[in-house]
Amino acid sequence: MSRSLQEAKHVLEYPYRRSVGPVLGRFFGALAEGRIEGVRTQTGHVLVPPQEYDPQTGEATGEPVAVASTGVVTAWAWVDRPRPKHPLANPFAWALVQLDGADTALLHVVDAGEMARMKTGMRVRARFRDERVGEIRDIACFEPEEAR
Amino acid sequence: MTEIVKSITTPIRLEYVYRPGRATSRFLRGLAEGRILGQRCPVTGKVYVPPRGASPTHGVPTEEEVEVRDTGTVTTFCIVRIPSEGLSIPPPFVAAHILLDGADIPFFALIHECPFDQVRMGMRVKAVWVSKEELAPTFESIRYFKPLDEPDAPFESYREHL
Repeated sequence: MSRSLQEAKHVLEYPYRRSVGPVLGRFFGALAEGRIEGVRTQTGHVLVPPQEYDPQTGEATGEPVAVASTGVVTAWAWVDRPRPKHPLANPFAWALVQLDGADTALLHVVDAGEMARMKTGMRVRARFRDERVGEIRDIACFEPEEAR
Repeated sequence: MTEIVKSITTPIRLEYVYRPGRATSRFLRGLAEGRILGQRCPVTGKVYVPPRGASPTHGVPTEEEVEVRDTGTVTTFCIVRIPSEGLSIPPPFVAAHILLDGADIPFFALIHECPFDQVRMGMRVKAVWVSKEELAPTFESIRYFKPLDEPDAPFESYREHL
């Protein structure tokens, strides 16, 4: 019986452009200015990233709220071998970061150097890019707050 | 005043290494010889092209190899006029499902040498191959299909394949 042909490379790529709406649009606009904004719900919670509707009540959310660029890691997963499209080329952690002033956590990456430095509850600080365009990558990563 | 961002690009890219397996490899090697090879389901007798090595309806191995002809019937088609990123063929062009003679499943291909307003369901077509020197184990060995000077196939002959 004949063998399989070896293999062929196949790339599937969708170049989506997505309209973000007024609430996320403001969030991204703030990122371009080096700030992080959430939104306050009618029950007083602060959602970061902001949403148009409160996921708990379904009510429309209210005013934008500035939050800190520091926060706490609530969950994380270490990536030992980053793939080409990952935000960092060196090993890093995907992490949920609850920013100071927010009641929800933001999914981002923590550049901790090695897994041993990662800990749930650790304090981190956002590092912004110098050139920002109004998207989530305007935050290059989060870094442990204590000196490395 | 913060400027509101209206849209963001969120590309999704999937990089596959595709291994065709034995059945599809035989099909691709057949193309390199200018032949179109399928496989027959031992339960239903249906011939699948390209073969995947198993019957999609009964899950059993399809071991009997069947050569089908490079002529067939257009079952359905689409005239593509809108360009899009990543499309390797410049529009306008005609994409069609062609039920090859001897096969029981339509085969995707382009149709040329025919004005767009004359492409129709039931139209009889024939494969135009690359030159002998250019034949290779790839779908690109068939350049496109062109109309045959034959009466249209009756609807009943392909109604099960739409």
